[in-house]
Amino acid sequence: MFKKFLSLLIVLVLCVTLCSCGYEYQNPELQCKYTRELAGTELNVYNWGEYISDGSEGCMDVNREFERLTGIKVNYTTFESNETMYSQLKNGGVSYDIIIPSDYMIGRLISEDMLEKIDMSRVSNYQYISDKYKGLYFDPAQEYSVPYNVGMVGIIYNSALIDEPQHSWGALWDEKYKNMSLNFNNPRDGFMTAQKLLGFSLNTTNEKEWDMACEKLKAGKSVLQSYVMDEIYGKLETGEAAIGPYYAGDYIVMKEVNEDLEFFYPQEGTNIFVDSVCIPSCVKNYDAALLYINFLLEPEIALANAEYIGYASPHTAVINNPDYHEYLGEEFYNILYPDMEALYPGDSALPENERKVEYYHDLPESVRMHYENLWLDLKLY
Amino acid sequence: MNKKSFGSRIVAAPYMVWAAIFIVVPLLIMAYFAFTDGSGNFTVDNFMQIARFKKAFALSIIYAVIATIITLLLAYPMAYYMTKLKISSQRMVMMLIMLPMWMNFLIRTYSWITILANTGLINKFLGLFGIGPLQLINTPGAVILGMVYDFIPYMILPIYTAMSKIDNSLLEAASDLGSNSWSRIRRVIMPLSLPGVISGITMVFVPSISTFYISQKLGGNKDMLIGDAIEYLFNTGPQYYNVASTLSLILMVMILVCTLIMNRFGDDEEVVV
Repeated sequence: MFKKFLSLLIVLVLCVTLCSCGYEYQNPELQCKYTRELAGTELNVYNWGEYISDGSEGCMDVNREFERLTGIKVNYTTFESNETMYSQLKNGGVSYDIIIPSDYMIGRLISEDMLEKIDMSRVSNYQYISDKYKGLYFDPAQEYSVPYNVGMVGIIYNSALIDEPQHSWGALWDEKYKNMSLNFNNPRDGFMTAQKLLGFSLNTTNEKEWDMACEKLKAGKSVLQSYVMDEIYGKLETGEAAIGPYYAGDYIVMKEVNEDLEFFYPQEGTNIFVDSVCIPSCVKNYDAALLYINFLLEPEIALANAEYIGYASPHTAVINNPDYHEYLGEEFYNILYPDMEALYPGDSALPENERKVEYYHDLPESVRMHYENLWLDLKLY
Repeated sequence: MNKKSFGSRIVAAPYMVWAAIFIVVPLLIMAYFAFTDGSGNFTVDNFMQIARFKKAFALSIIYAVIATIITLLLAYPMAYYMTKLKISSQRMVMMLIMLPMWMNFLIRTYSWITILANTGLINKFLGLFGIGPLQLINTPGAVILGMVYDFIPYMILPIYTAMSKIDNSLLEAASDLGSNSWSRIRRVIMPLSLPGVISGITMVFVPSISTFYISQKLGGNKDMLIGDAIEYLFNTGPQYYNVASTLSLILMVMILVCTLIMNRFGDDEEVVV
């Protein structure tokens, strides 16, 4: 008995050591760029789940790499929605040095004085960020945020189950796909599909337009199979559902599991988002936070993250990296980095609230409550 | 007996404190939120909004009633059958009934998705014979099935306990007085097991009517039960805490009334016996 136990123990120990040695990453160049002056201090990072290369399946463990280079201990925690993150910060009692919220939430955080300015002169790698994502509406002077990931929502469908639909949000209302289609299970994204179909702006403050979008969603409810968030992975991968909207980056991950899945951007336009690295005003270790931001923008770190997460990167050294292009393949590359002019001709020249491709803006409290109530009515309908 | 000794008070003190902090205080907070608006002023406006939730309330009640009836119909014969087994077999069967309860109920519910899905086990099996796929998941039936599966142990156990307490000599006396086996069940076992049935019904009906996760996972997330509505409101933000508390309060009062009625029913029967 004891011998059995011992051999089991040895196997276990071997496994653990082997696994931890599986990945070894050495880069002398980075080594001299990062000082160890702050070694021994701690850095609290608050990020979306599954949103950093974490060392699984032989990829780079970004946080561990940073710890090795600088000696700073990274405490990494995750959130599942901008709103959760916001209420955590708002309620106080937490201390984070790095957060990664989305565009409209950054706008709200800035207006409520909850972000610290980032000293860009000390983030030398900021030069790599594509001009397209600099000076966006929520942070026009680019003082509070450094873009981390970008993406757009599109429709994923299973080509083995259904023929290629018209490239329209109307596909989610099509009786042909009764009990086979999915939609978002959160108000903002759910309404987006109806708003775009009806030709409204996503950021309209006209309550009538929200009402009409709600009526549209109610009409489509009998066609839908269900409202989902991350459950969409399983449902589309297994063929349980045939069509549903989600983020382009997630489509790439799903396609690896089920080759029959295809993707398109609806002609009526869609939502575009930027998730950016910010420093909240509760920061304790500002210097380490700057170091961390700069580290995330190191070309190879950004590349490892882009490959792991699957979302589009705003980092020019990643976008223009031929190896990355090859890694993704032509189809995926064109989905992540679409030719916007070909997809939505003339769209970028229009004033923002008339564009087909829109960012979410932080809406006034009254509008927010209005659509949250409408969403409840939709669910109670 | 009437006067509680100092010692027994000391012994009960930890739980009394626990109950006060985690049962009484939350109830008071809920009541406070239910009768105030966002800024803390007294209002009954929250109750005016209830009409919006009538479908959710109705669905919850209907599903819970159906689930309770099915559970009772399945559990009663099962409990009777158990009491007829050898003691060792009774323990074994009891174990088997309890076993799923050691698993988290979220996981148990999730596993039904794999079974009922269009590409799930049942439909794959039927597919072998060229049948289907049948629409099993995302139907009211799936939600009720989930409730029955999750809560049936709470029905079997109290009925079984009540039945196994019935003195065998009562049954023998009934036979001596000319009862056949059906009339023994009807006139001796049924009345004597009624307290178990009453507590079983309460223990299944209460979680069924307030459930929220099962309907989201097995019902396709399209029709809200009252539990789902409360969950959505609390998750959406502090500005909805008041309405959500009002809904919770109404649900609680409904459950309380049902329980009182059931208990009254049970007491009367006991007097008859």
